[in-house]
Amino acid sequence: MIIETRGIGKTFGSVLALREVSMGVAAGEVTCVLGDNGAGKSTLIKILSGVHRHDAGTFLVDGREVRLGSPREALDRGIATVYQDLAMIPLMSVWRNFFLGSEPRRGLAFDVARARRTAREELLAMGIDIRDVDQPVGTLSGGERQSVAIARAVHFGARVLILDEPTSALGVKQAGVVLRYIARARDRGLGVVFITHNPHHAYPVGDRFLLLNRGTSLGEYAKADITREELTALMAGGAELEELEHELRRE
Amino acid sequence: MAVFAFFAAQSPVFRSPQGVANWLDPAATLGIMAVAVALLMIGGEFDLSAGVLTGTTGLILVTLATRYGLDVWTAMLVGLAVALAVGFANGLIVTRTRLPSFIVTLGTFLMLQGVNLGVTKALTGTVQVSGLRRAAGYEGARALLAGTVEIGGTPFRVAILWWLLVTAVATWVLMRSRAGNWIFAVGGDEQAARAVGVPAARTKIALFMTTAFAAWLVGSILALRYTSVQANIGIGQEFIYIIAAVIGGCLLTGGYGSAIGASVGAVIFGMADKGIVFLGWDADWFKFFLGAMLLLATLANRLVRRYAEEVKH
Repeated sequence: MIIETRGIGKTFGSVLALREVSMGVAAGEVTCVLGDNGAGKSTLIKILSGVHRHDAGTFLVDGREVRLGSPREALDRGIATVYQDLAMIPLMSVWRNFFLGSEPRRGLAFDVARARRTAREELLAMGIDIRDVDQPVGTLSGGERQSVAIARAVHFGARVLILDEPTSALGVKQAGVVLRYIARARDRGLGVVFITHNPHHAYPVGDRFLLLNRGTSLGEYAKADITREELTALMAGGAELEELEHELRRE
Repeated sequence: MAVFAFFAAQSPVFRSPQGVANWLDPAATLGIMAVAVALLMIGGEFDLSAGVLTGTTGLILVTLATRYGLDVWTAMLVGLAVALAVGFANGLIVTRTRLPSFIVTLGTFLMLQGVNLGVTKALTGTVQVSGLRRAAGYEGARALLAGTVEIGGTPFRVAILWWLLVTAVATWVLMRSRAGNWIFAVGGDEQAARAVGVPAARTKIALFMTTAFAAWLVGSILALRYTSVQANIGIGQEFIYIIAAVIGGCLLTGGYGSAIGASVGAVIFGMADKGIVFLGWDADWFKFFLGAMLLLATLANRLVRRYAEEVKH
């Protein structure tokens, strides 16, 4: 396991946001975190990415207990987070965005030739076919932008990639594109934490599944231990959905 | 190009070397400012105090050199220090308070305007300071900033060379330096830029100081050229700078534009300014022409932004 949590918890004032959650991510594996809105998904990833500090349980990176103070610290340990609002500038070209804030230098200058070439190579290595790295990011589709953000995190040395709802704003085809890049990142040996509320996106690509509901864990399952139907039912809160169906039935 | 062809076809003087030297001159002093203002606008901010600051620096130079016995070089250094301080203050207030720079620099614009007039009147009893010619070091400084160079028998103002230098440096910074990447980024989306580690506040303060530096350069050039400075000089010029930058392709909303574009905007301005005179037209038409250019440029810019921000599925 690259990162692992054991009985981790977090409270905000008197509100219990997360309780007793245990999960792990191994190199070359995808751990999906599933849950409805308010289930504690974002609290969990904010702990993993160094935005919040946990106040119960243990958080291990490479088997050693840590307490991350900032996103920078998480990054230094190779934990990169790609948020929904990707931190990219629409009017700037793909390669300028790719290196924004970490531009390669040659002497005093920004090594433009190297930046352009590296961006193209990294995108190709991820199987991302951007027609032209000089085009503004604003002209890319949502899926392509996610892919560029993923490639950027990989290039800057991420060992664990935390993806916050990368498919939720996308159509079926675009979501497929992003799922393919998640698989590609996994094949390159990264550990991926894939946050989603869509079991149909999670099941094909995931190796293990952590289900969250109202801040508590409903369990972590290996793929062999759970079927897509069980996952969907758990995710939807099974009994609740049946109840809802009953309630909505025509008299 | 179209503007040049139009005036050149209409007036033989316009296309002669003397004519070229003539309309390149206003283009040069405007161009130095337009390039600096363009960088600032790409970084997403405005500076309305830039025009008046050219007056302030010129007044400091002439006053110190004629009334306090400083030599011209020292007086220019003091002017530079004041200009950079004003730029720093503008930048600091804008980045700390997150107020629109339009309002902040409107404040500095009015304050400087008041200081220019008030101090000049208090010291001289008139609204101008003059007599720079007698000050120590005048000839050397004039040769460097306000002299002429002969190219093919035609005298060109040396300011044109400064303008070309400023444009070249600004283009290099924008396209080939890390700072350039940060300028585009803070103008395009400051939040996103900050999120990936761009020092947004520092970038913006540096941009305000760059604009102030350009104002000092132009103020000194004009003071050395005319040897006297009117207390109300530079007022209204701040919009001309912005117009030149916009004609050259800068977006008012930031994040897009170029230094060369701003220089081209300044050339168009210079050509129209002098061309109308050469043609013997009423100079009133100049404003009409300027307005039409601005409108066309803004419409063209809008297309650029639409293209870039259109999400393709």
